[in-house]
Amino acid sequence: MTWAGILVLAGGAYALKALGVIGLGRRPLPARIEAVAPLIPVALLSALIVVQTLSTGHELVFDARLPGIAVAALAVMLRAPFLLVITLAAAVTAVLRGVA
Amino acid sequence: MIRRVLSGPRIPVADPILRNALAIGLAIGVFGVSFGVVSRSAGLSLWQTQAMSLLVFTGASQFAAVSIVEGGGTLGAALSTGLLLASRNALYGVSLARLLRGSLPRRALASQLVIDESAAMAAAQREPARALRAFWLTGASVFACWNLGTLVGAALGGVIEDPEALGLDVVFPASFLALLAPQLGSRRAAGTALLAAALALSLVQLTPLGAPILIAASVAVLVGLWRRPAVAEATP
Repeated sequence: MTWAGILVLAGGAYALKALGVIGLGRRPLPARIEAVAPLIPVALLSALIVVQTLSTGHELVFDARLPGIAVAALAVMLRAPFLLVITLAAAVTAVLRGVA
Repeated sequence: MIRRVLSGPRIPVADPILRNALAIGLAIGVFGVSFGVVSRSAGLSLWQTQAMSLLVFTGASQFAAVSIVEGGGTLGAALSTGLLLASRNALYGVSLARLLRGSLPRRALASQLVIDESAAMAAAQREPARALRAFWLTGASVFACWNLGTLVGAALGGVIEDPEALGLDVVFPASFLALLAPQLGSRRAAGTALLAAALALSLVQLTPLGAPILIAASVAVLVGLWRRPAVAEATP
């Protein structure tokens, strides 16, 4: 990894982030983008959750993360505070890994 | 006491926004330490390692790039994988464009902080004022913690615990779950979430790292453009 590589990655990453925030400018957003935009985080977060819980690299892996997320889901349904949800998830996963 | 504990707000509201941003930052910080160590062992200098965390500031991209380098992969592979993993930030940027209006310098600064966590925290809020606060506080917290962690890891080398032994890796999907839940109020949103999850999972074994998530975003486009509310009202 050279400095040139780092700068290319940094420039590209920034350009991607700025694409929406700066690229779309101050123009009012087209109706289509308005309709789609709120669903973008929904789709991305949902995908992130399953990929980060159920896969490692290119493989589907079911391990201690799954019970951790299951407990988190239960806590969310029971309207537990945010901090409790993530703490429970980490604790369950850690304990299961510890005893495995 | 159980009732009090369980009757907490489902979403981070005005006061706890800072608290939750710091909690996320803490988990991020530990991974920052891990990145610092891994990056050094892949042969990057302390300056290069820190520069990555300051400038690239995208965890998945950074980990992927250095691990490819460490594994003997080409620079091209490292960069293209890193950029692919960073592409979803462009989509977050689109969804945040309206919220992050302002002067160009402000938007330029805000852009650097567009990542999973800041976008998720903002999206979970019901009011724009809170969403803005959530974005900036989370973005700033993650930036500070990620970079501090990187510095510690890069400087101290192998003196870290394995974050996964503490279950810290599951904090991220768990926090995304907590932040996603309040957004699932409509059938469109719930349907989008289910379809995106199914699509992403089905692509894990078939596509490069990061691609499943990016492709799953297309579900948002499909559902968003299909029977838009205005169109539905106009049809008899």
